Amino acid sequence: MSKQPVTEDGIAYKKPKKSKKDRRNAALYLSPSLLGLLFFFIVPFFVIIFYAVVDNPVNREFVFLDNFISIIQNSSFQQAVKNTITFSLVAVPLAVILSLVMAMLLEQNIPMRSQFRTFFLSPMMVPVASIVLIWQVLFDYHGVINEFIQKLNMAPIDWFKSDYSQIVVVVLFLWKNLGYNMILFMAALNAIPRDILEVATLESATEFQKFWYIKLRYLSSTILFVAILSLINSFKVFRELYLLAGDYPYKSLYMLQHFMNNTFHSLDYQKLSAAAILMAIVMCIVIGILFFVEDHFGKDVEEA
Amino acid sequence: MKKWKRRLKKILLTFVALVFAVSFLLPTILTIANSFMSEGEINTNYGVIFNQFKEPEYGERNTDYVSETVNLKFIPDMVDFSQYSTVLLKSPEYLLKFWNSVILTVPIVIFQILIALGAAYSFTRFRGRIRELIFFLYVALMLMPFQVTLVPNYLVADWLHILDTRWSILLPGFFAPFSVYLLTKFMRRIPTSLIEAAQLDGANEWQIFTRICIPLCKGAIASVAILVFIDYWNMVEQPLIMLSDADKHPLSVFLSQINSGEVGLAFAVATIYMVPTILIFLYGEEYLVEGISYSGSVKG
Repeated sequence: MSKQPVTEDGIAYKKPKKSKKDRRNAALYLSPSLLGLLFFFIVPFFVIIFYAVVDNPVNREFVFLDNFISIIQNSSFQQAVKNTITFSLVAVPLAVILSLVMAMLLEQNIPMRSQFRTFFLSPMMVPVASIVLIWQVLFDYHGVINEFIQKLNMAPIDWFKSDYSQIVVVVLFLWKNLGYNMILFMAALNAIPRDILEVATLESATEFQKFWYIKLRYLSSTILFVAILSLINSFKVFRELYLLAGDYPYKSLYMLQHFMNNTFHSLDYQKLSAAAILMAIVMCIVIGILFFVEDHFGKDVEEA
Repeated sequence: MKKWKRRLKKILLTFVALVFAVSFLLPTILTIANSFMSEGEINTNYGVIFNQFKEPEYGERNTDYVSETVNLKFIPDMVDFSQYSTVLLKSPEYLLKFWNSVILTVPIVIFQILIALGAAYSFTRFRGRIRELIFFLYVALMLMPFQVTLVPNYLVADWLHILDTRWSILLPGFFAPFSVYLLTKFMRRIPTSLIEAAQLDGANEWQIFTRICIPLCKGAIASVAILVFIDYWNMVEQPLIMLSDADKHPLSVFLSQINSGEVGLAFAVATIYMVPTILIFLYGEEYLVEGISYSGSVKG
């Protein structure tokens, strides 16, 4: 890569000279936002780090990692971590694959494509709480799904209070997030240079070959982005879960967010801070991977 | 032969798309359809699910016929507006909660974007290592889940003694990094030649910002506004933690609390609550789609 900066369209531009005036202007336009960010997010975060390494806010005796250790040994924290990881491991790959399938489906020559796109996006407009109501109708013990299952002569399943409960949440998560991911994939599919695909068609490549050798290669960075976005969104599924099952749901539905939320209510700053920091560290690693991978794969396609 | 095969493929694919579409639309349609049923009809259809949560009142519910199984019905036996009249005329609490949602969401959308425009302009016009580092900070913060960012927000709200007031949700919302990130991505697409031309004509920074960048970003601003609106309109976590006074809760939180008691009412309230987002879909879907497309990578 040359040192000259390039816009996203590949047009080289002159690096602005860093005059004093420029710098002052830059600071001026950024300051409202940055000051707010510092005050509401960054500075208190350092205070949290402080809270996490002292024994209590009044005594302020330095205990280093004790709070972290007690968090990690806390059995409900362990349960929450385990459930969150299991959930993400199932939900994220499904979210990536299904949304890619949907995006490719809408690329095909089928009628009413733009209507289908609207339909697939429609879950975004439904308020979470009313989804929850519908989910109860569907997955309740006397609900629609069990009725269907019974018609097939199988035993009904107690969806919310058994090991199947995570399935309910995975379905909810997919329903809510697939549309957004699909749009990301559609944009990426659109960005694949047409001429490469045309050449492949001329050389009588099959649909599968075109997908495997060309499209997938161009999509690689988007796939990773969608995967990580879905991972982040899978942490946000608490919103639905809380409305569905409340503060203390069935064991396999107890997620990290429940742990945090319940700790909030007991106002245990030490525990809360330590948990928030642990989570921030994990997220930083994930985001770091995202940046690294995007750098790496982005270049790969550009040079190809 | 080949033509026949192609047609079969088309039919198959359309069928798959239809299956997807139906499953995606089902909950929405069900919500709207159920909102036009009377409480009695709802009770007949879903009584077996929701009745177990509540005590029979005055014995009147017991006389209703309750189906042994759940009935999914998309067309009400009789279109009935009683749920709506209850919501709109008889119980002001719902309207109050709706208003709570409005006064929490609308200022956040407006101020978050206004503040973000300046930041995005700064990130677009003046580049450098430090600036990229700060931008990275924004992206990292944006990707942090609520459980991480709400703890600092809560601390600051506690310091400022604004816990239990709307400001505890509004102020962090004004400075949330999402708009900055997306607007920067849009603004960096503005050709530099345009800005340079304006500079040659003697435009100062403020003029470039207000006369070139903002007008060129109108579409982007619409996209960002839509995404931010949808996000905050559905907020659940912030009010739960910041506002212990349930009177100040937005409808998005309150909706879940009417679930068990008056189901029919909940459907009507949910439908009313959907109206703004449905309008957004009808008139701004292109902006929404464009906004999502632009969020497709973390770099500016």
